[in-house]
Amino acid sequence: MNPFRSCPTTGLKVHRTADSLIKANAVAATVALLVGGVAAVLVLLTRWEAVLLLEAEMFYRMLTVHGMNMLIFFIIFFEMAVLYFASAVLLNCRVPAPKTGWIAFVLMVVGTLMVEWTMWTGRADVLFTSYVPLRAHPLFYLGVILFAVGALTVVGHFFAILVVAKREKAYEGSVPLVTYGALTAAAIAAVTLLHGAIIYIPTFLWSLDMMNVDAQMYRLIWWGLGHSSQQINVAAMVSIWYLLGALTVGAVVLNEKVSRTAFVLYVLFISMASAHHLLVDPGMGPSWKVWNTSYFMYMAVLASMIHGFTVPAGTELGMRLRGATQGLFGWLKRAPWGDPGFSSLAFSIVVFGFVGGITGVTFGTEQINIIAHNTLRIPGHFHATVVSGTAMAFMGITYYVIPLIFRREIAFYRLAKIQPYLFAVGMLIFSMAMTFAGTFGVPRRHWDIGFNQALFQPEFSPAVNLIIGVMAVGGLIAILGGAIYIVVTVVSVFFGRRMAADDSGLGATGRGLPPGITNPPRALVPEDREALKPSGRLGPVPGTMVMVLIFLAAFILYYFVNWALLSFLWEVG
Amino acid sequence: MYRTGIEAPERVWWKKVGRHEKIWVWIAFAWCMVLFAMMPLWHLRGGQNPSGIRHRVDPAAYQARVLEFVQEYQVGTDNGLPVVEPPPGSDVYLQASQYAWLPVVRLRQGAEYTLHLSSLDVNHGFSLYPLNINFQVVPGYDYGLRIVPNQPGEFHVMCNEFCGIGHHLMVGKIIVEPAGAAVGGSADGLAGGTAGGRSSADADGGANTGGGR
Repeated sequence: MNPFRSCPTTGLKVHRTADSLIKANAVAATVALLVGGVAAVLVLLTRWEAVLLLEAEMFYRMLTVHGMNMLIFFIIFFEMAVLYFASAVLLNCRVPAPKTGWIAFVLMVVGTLMVEWTMWTGRADVLFTSYVPLRAHPLFYLGVILFAVGALTVVGHFFAILVVAKREKAYEGSVPLVTYGALTAAAIAAVTLLHGAIIYIPTFLWSLDMMNVDAQMYRLIWWGLGHSSQQINVAAMVSIWYLLGALTVGAVVLNEKVSRTAFVLYVLFISMASAHHLLVDPGMGPSWKVWNTSYFMYMAVLASMIHGFTVPAGTELGMRLRGATQGLFGWLKRAPWGDPGFSSLAFSIVVFGFVGGITGVTFGTEQINIIAHNTLRIPGHFHATVVSGTAMAFMGITYYVIPLIFRREIAFYRLAKIQPYLFAVGMLIFSMAMTFAGTFGVPRRHWDIGFNQALFQPEFSPAVNLIIGVMAVGGLIAILGGAIYIVVTVVSVFFGRRMAADDSGLGATGRGLPPGITNPPRALVPEDREALKPSGRLGPVPGTMVMVLIFLAAFILYYFVNWALLSFLWEVG
Repeated sequence: MYRTGIEAPERVWWKKVGRHEKIWVWIAFAWCMVLFAMMPLWHLRGGQNPSGIRHRVDPAAYQARVLEFVQEYQVGTDNGLPVVEPPPGSDVYLQASQYAWLPVVRLRQGAEYTLHLSSLDVNHGFSLYPLNINFQVVPGYDYGLRIVPNQPGEFHVMCNEFCGIGHHLMVGKIIVEPAGAAVGGSADGLAGGTAGGRSSADADGGANTGGGR
């Protein structure tokens, strides 16, 4: 059998091993999402004091399960699929070491199963962060190590694919921007997983009583894994933004230099993010905190603000070049909102930027962290980044991966079309309510903020109950969206209508295929550029210009309101 | 000609940047500089900083210091916990352990204290309710924060770092007396006040170690 197949839609040459590795990793990711999702329901219905579903012990256990499955297993398995896709598929290249690919996958699965076993049997009630000296079963730490080694192997394999592609001249010129972004994600992953090894190996030995691990040192290096790995997610997510933009509306890259430099900024400064979790810790001094929390004077924030401009701007320009030139936002009106890939892209950018980004930078400010640390503001922030941003983008690209890689039509396509709306709206309500509850000081990771059996009973304002109720409703809507995603993907992948090898889906109607495949954006010709009117004061992408200025205003407002809140407190220092 | 993000550009992609894209990059850069400047500036001018006096401490030595502190300034008990009233300007030692804050501290509005935080076992989180002041409490480290309570009242210390199965039971108390009020000695009357009346927990000191639901 020919080791390659030709994609009838894109014309790309796809190595069958790449196909299989992408499928295996994507399926593993979905299984983890299902497990983490079940835990999400249980955790949510417990934090909603009106329901208080689980007992305390089970609550903390399910919170551990939720964190590990979502933040580690789902995200990283999916990213492994993204790495194979962005290298072998986009570059028309073979996978040079199929066996290594499979060994890495098996390692990751074995590691996952070890961790799952310790968590579900109550041998690792230590939450996602497993702060020493809270102690879990040694197999918990060993499982994480095996998983990390597997992932690190895939990262190495990804680099190897790039080398082979270049040597075999699989592409002309430079690698596409999406591959470049994935490359930065891989570079960050290498650094991050190294931190993981540095901390989990001693911790594993400590769990066997073979050495000591300092509690503060653990926090420092663990967050070199824990937060930096979120930057793998950011880099991977931004790459997928460019990818989804290209597939759905033919989004263009305004300037390769700007976008690529922004990706490089992530690699250079993101590993300093560990500091975000240590701002009110006793182990470090103010200059260390200020310097590191700002990622070298906010250069990684600058990178995100650049992508936050270039991605919508590329979408706007791509659509204007194809004739959507009316007014400031005519292009948005004509955008394919019924394409789950496009709606996911739009929501991912907006919620990640407006909620996740602004809150993240604000809470990561050394002093403002005093009124944010370990309150619900923190999970409020990261549900807006890693869930509404990264997971949303991953869900969006799935609607293209199913026909393009799995060669199946999307089952329940109508449901798939509304899925991004449910998930995005639910997550938006959830994360904003959570953040708001946190401003009242409601702690995160807490079974009972009614303190019914505690020595003293602090009483939260009745407003908090209301906000938590809103949070729960938002969470349930999001979970419904997540459940639809799982049902749609599982049914499509295992029972969906197969597409014939030469079926491009072009021009099809009434089939479970997104418009980016049935009616792809037409190729640009030089005349398109000439046809575009000379730009006014706001430039060639006026709509985006207005949106980023609104974003900046919101950012400035939220940031300084928080300084004001801080200034009312007791003097402390 | 423009390309999408999945098309390979020519080998050299280092090209001139469009004017409006450049403007946004500079605006964003300027904002980043503001973000950066605010932190050192607040150290100079602001009243709330997480700097503190930080050093390593042996948990046993810290526990001994807390005990000494309690013996020196104890004025009563509240729910089985000693109530301690140190003079303005002194060092206050708060001890976190699974699942209690020790002791209950009575402070004076407007006076400065150095509040020491440390843990005897695992990580804990100091969260002062309802003010929402939060600090990490790490075993083996003494975090000494200068504080000036600016309003009177009864405040609770919630643990907001997961510390084990009884994490949600871990609540302590800090009382701030109004600046002008006479120095009180009877903490018992205090205990019968708002919190004591509602508390379902046994007044016995051992009850606060909980043990789940």
